[in-house]
Amino acid sequence: MSITDTPRAQATVDEATRLKIFETTTLINLADEQLRDMLMTGKIAIIYYSPRGQEVLAAAAGAAQRPGDYSVTTYRGLHDMLAGGAPLRETLSEMLGKGNGTCRGKGGPMHISAPEAGVMVTTGIVGAGLPIANGLALASKMRGDGKVTFVNFGDGATNIGAFHEALNMAAIWDLPVVFICQNNQYGEFTPRLESQKCENIADRAAGYGMPGVTVDGNDAAETYLAVAAAAERARRGGGPTLVECNTFRFMGHYFGETQEYMPADVIAAAMAADPVPRQRAQLLELGTDEAVLAEIEQRVGQEVSEAAEFALASAPPDPQELFDDVYAERVSI
Amino acid sequence: MASITMAAALNQALDEEMDRDERVFLIGEDIPDPTGGAFQVTKGLSTKYGLERVLDSPISEQAIIGASTGAAMAGMRPVAEIMICDFLGVCMDQLANHAAKLRFMSGGATTVPMVVRTMGSGGINFGGQHSQMLEAWLVHTPGLKVCIPSTPADAKGLLTAAIRDPDPVVIIEPCVLYSVPGEVPESAHVIAPGTADIKRAGSDVTVVTYGRQVHDALAAAEAVAGELSVEVIDLRWLQPWDVETVLASARKTTRVVVVHQAVQRGGFGGEVAAVLQEHLFGTLTAPILRVAGKNTPVPYATELESFHIPSAEEIATAIRAVAEGSG
Repeated sequence: MSITDTPRAQATVDEATRLKIFETTTLINLADEQLRDMLMTGKIAIIYYSPRGQEVLAAAAGAAQRPGDYSVTTYRGLHDMLAGGAPLRETLSEMLGKGNGTCRGKGGPMHISAPEAGVMVTTGIVGAGLPIANGLALASKMRGDGKVTFVNFGDGATNIGAFHEALNMAAIWDLPVVFICQNNQYGEFTPRLESQKCENIADRAAGYGMPGVTVDGNDAAETYLAVAAAAERARRGGGPTLVECNTFRFMGHYFGETQEYMPADVIAAAMAADPVPRQRAQLLELGTDEAVLAEIEQRVGQEVSEAAEFALASAPPDPQELFDDVYAERVSI
Repeated sequence: MASITMAAALNQALDEEMDRDERVFLIGEDIPDPTGGAFQVTKGLSTKYGLERVLDSPISEQAIIGASTGAAMAGMRPVAEIMICDFLGVCMDQLANHAAKLRFMSGGATTVPMVVRTMGSGGINFGGQHSQMLEAWLVHTPGLKVCIPSTPADAKGLLTAAIRDPDPVVIIEPCVLYSVPGEVPESAHVIAPGTADIKRAGSDVTVVTYGRQVHDALAAAEAVAGELSVEVIDLRWLQPWDVETVLASARKTTRVVVVHQAVQRGGFGGEVAAVLQEHLFGTLTAPILRVAGKNTPVPYATELESFHIPSAEEIATAIRAVAEGSG
């Protein structure tokens, strides 16, 4: 698979898809901003891994999903959850530990599930989502239901055993799964190239006999086309693909940390190439009306504000619910 | 009822459930024919049901448990084989952090109805990495159910129940019992979670045990039969376990010995003893004794290993000790 060049890629994505990606990007961006604002103003105190800087790739990958498809993500996953269709209000409620959250307050930011949207697993363990994604895809293959599983993970996950076991198994069984590596250049507090020697993570795919492709994850069309091609290949029984999306995380590992291990000029350069305004400028350049974009931003902004109010006003779970959902039968001790 | 080995009884349970429910499939290392699994428990099933339902996995325990977890979440009924109990160490993240917790962490939105079959070794000179009984790790993980059979009939009943259960269940199959025959019901046989079995009725001393040690406890009970009447309870399920049956027996005998092969420190026997004293502190007439594996890695040489693993003689000694009230 060759890397698509951006101008040509833009031209091959229809306007409806471009606007869908724009709307999802806006949703992620504003929901993230809302959460950071609530943290900064002391309205909430939660562990939060901001996806700021990685919005566009998630929105683009989400646009390549069909209803019914499965997705799996990690603790830095708000962007993937929303792109996968998790309900905004209940997702924010869950992050705030409320009883009406997607997981009734038992999961939290690192463990959001919204299976009705296909958002099946969010794991707090680096790399652990990949083997489970294989299982979702295995079920699809066995039943022939035509679903594809999209599993998101960071560059750090490509150094853990689960990644290698999962890619190998997916390849030998031609599982309908798309492995999306969000290469944000840092694994926790360590630059990627201090943790691994390969130039491109996608190069690792060859070791498992599957295609690997590296894209500019901050370019909507390029990412969309690569993920859509991988999904199409998976859906027709062609097996898995590793898609490496180069990106950058603006807020460090967890929100509130110092980022002192990141060179200032590197952060500045990444922020100067912020994918969110870049995508907006691309759309205007391609002829979309400013008014169309402004309407989306206004509408989504309203939804996010209302969802935040909903989450803040929601009640915490009843402590007695602790004993529910450990097993199918309620436990009493 | 026909007399068949435990391995054959397990095979029968798999066969019946695969026939009954097309969502049931098997995944593991070397489980298709002609091998039929390292211990031949899955023999014949790939020939009967096809390689699409008896999946030959790479040696990738994390990937096996992960694939089972995901497939179960998507509505399938996977039965994974982790060849030997010690290998749970390789996939404990997938099992303990994911399969066990996903129902809870999702507030019940997702469920993981899967089974992990694994062989519990020991007593066959396999050394420190192929001989451990690790049920305590599993019981300590909320979300998992755990069972261990001691007879072919129980093996069939427990495995059938495990496959039909809505939660992840680990069944540890004692290796030395695979070839031991016993009467097995020919039709479907289900032993519900939390159901113990009184393998020998008695009135003086209660022995609470499971797995291979049921047979040692029965031998010990027979050895002291001239002096003492011993009740042997086979827990079968460790999570959930049959507290009521054990309490009822202990109320009657007032003396209890707990026996298992796993090392004593941190073992399941401590949990049984703790629950008993919480309920029956004033009723018990002797301290509860544990007869368990010595607190060492499992050694290789026969002389060392047979000393490490509890014997029928040690169980008999403990029975006599509690009967004398000396503990």
